[in-house]
Amino acid sequence: MNVITNIGRYILMLGVIFSRPEKMKIFRKRVFNEIEIIGIKSIPIVILMSTFMGAVIALQTASNIDNPLLPDYTVGYITQSSTILEFSPTIISLILAGKVGSNVASEIGSMRVTEQIDALEIMGVNSLTFLVLPKIVAAIFFFPILVIFSMGLSMVGGWLALTASGLLTTETYVLGIRSFFEVYNVFYALTKTIIFGFLIVSIASFYGYYTKGGALDVGRSSTQAVVSSSIAILIANFILTQLMLL
Amino acid sequence: MIEVKNVNKAFAGKTVLTDVSSVFEQGKVNMIIGQSGSGKSVLAKCIVGLHEVDSGQILFDGKDFSAMNRVQRTEVRKEIGMLFQGSALFDSMTVEENVMFPLTMFTKKSKKEMQDRVDFCLDRVNLTGTNKLYPSECSGGMQKRIGIARAIAMNPKYLFCDEPNSGLDPITSIIIDGLIKEITYEYNITTVVISHDMNSVIEISDSVMFIHNGKNWWQGDRDSIITTENPEILNFVYASDFMKEIRVSMQANRK
Repeated sequence: MNVITNIGRYILMLGVIFSRPEKMKIFRKRVFNEIEIIGIKSIPIVILMSTFMGAVIALQTASNIDNPLLPDYTVGYITQSSTILEFSPTIISLILAGKVGSNVASEIGSMRVTEQIDALEIMGVNSLTFLVLPKIVAAIFFFPILVIFSMGLSMVGGWLALTASGLLTTETYVLGIRSFFEVYNVFYALTKTIIFGFLIVSIASFYGYYTKGGALDVGRSSTQAVVSSSIAILIANFILTQLMLL
Repeated sequence: MIEVKNVNKAFAGKTVLTDVSSVFEQGKVNMIIGQSGSGKSVLAKCIVGLHEVDSGQILFDGKDFSAMNRVQRTEVRKEIGMLFQGSALFDSMTVEENVMFPLTMFTKKSKKEMQDRVDFCLDRVNLTGTNKLYPSECSGGMQKRIGIARAIAMNPKYLFCDEPNSGLDPITSIIIDGLIKEITYEYNITTVVISHDMNSVIEISDSVMFIHNGKNWWQGDRDSIITTENPEILNFVYASDFMKEIRVSMQANRK
């Protein structure tokens, strides 16, 4: 019952968020500010995660391929396809659900319990549009950039791991990376990322905005935001895969 | 002038306000007092629309605020200034940005005009030169004064102060009280102050509304609250032994 109530409130909240901002100049400024907080500041963790993720995928693939009929470049191909299709959009989004989701929920939750949101409302500002819409726009715009970045870095990570361990030459790996490359897979991955970005920020904002109580409740909202947005990502991933790949 | 007519409010079946009616006059400091949990903050939040009333009317200069839609309410809210219990300053903004915020959102003033207005408001609350500080770098009393500066930045017609003295020492409380009173008279504002501080009642109130168990239990001026024999008010006003002794000596003097 509580889940249904929350979904209803979430949908109603979305209706209020997508209102025209009071002043476009301030809105643009806030979007750029959020791009820095949500996007630019996530680059280090994306670099770290993607490089090691790509390295591990490449090494595990290489260690598991022992069929002599399979060409060596298969390792590069599998690294490329698994990175583009799944690891970069989904795993990076799950990581961002933790980092960005908790940040957004705690920021808005703190504003709620310290009456800053009430102050906005009293002034006549639509607090949801003012606080949440720039975050959503920033996430939708910048998450795909992060994921493209992640795809490239994962493949670089795979190359570093394979060449450093002497399992594959650069030429063979690059041949695999370029084999059977489909642009549609990138489109599919970026579409997923945009939807994941929207889910992460909107769900985290929902939990932050409806926080009641004090500091402890802000922490609780932050945890709920991460858990719920992660579940939403997994469900959306399944649905989008069904819709777009099959 | 703000009129509250037969307002009822309940949360999850628990009644908080029962048939509350009152009038808050322009150019006066109207105080709402009562024990913690009596419903005074809920009443204030109903008046400004942070809570929806279950029934009844809230009228701002005759306009039915409770029946307005979001857009119409926004227009009325631009004329409301509010000082929150915890100041509610935006902690990511400097003092100057906090005070300038409503001006940037709702006016087409030039940067210079806004800057002048901010400097004027900060000067009015004796905080000249604090423009670049962040709220976390200011004391509780300073934060309250910044809150007042932000509340008056748009020249409001209505000023709401929720527990303006909570957490402040007696001397700073008197300064904040004085500011609220001066601003009310200077700009002819309808001011509503929610408090349980009897010092404030004595210092600044023009009219007092006592809320008890969610009802408008008593209403009058500050002189009559001292002399009333209403038992609930006596319990509230003369709560401490010290105050009870004062009352006994006052009665003895009268005889």
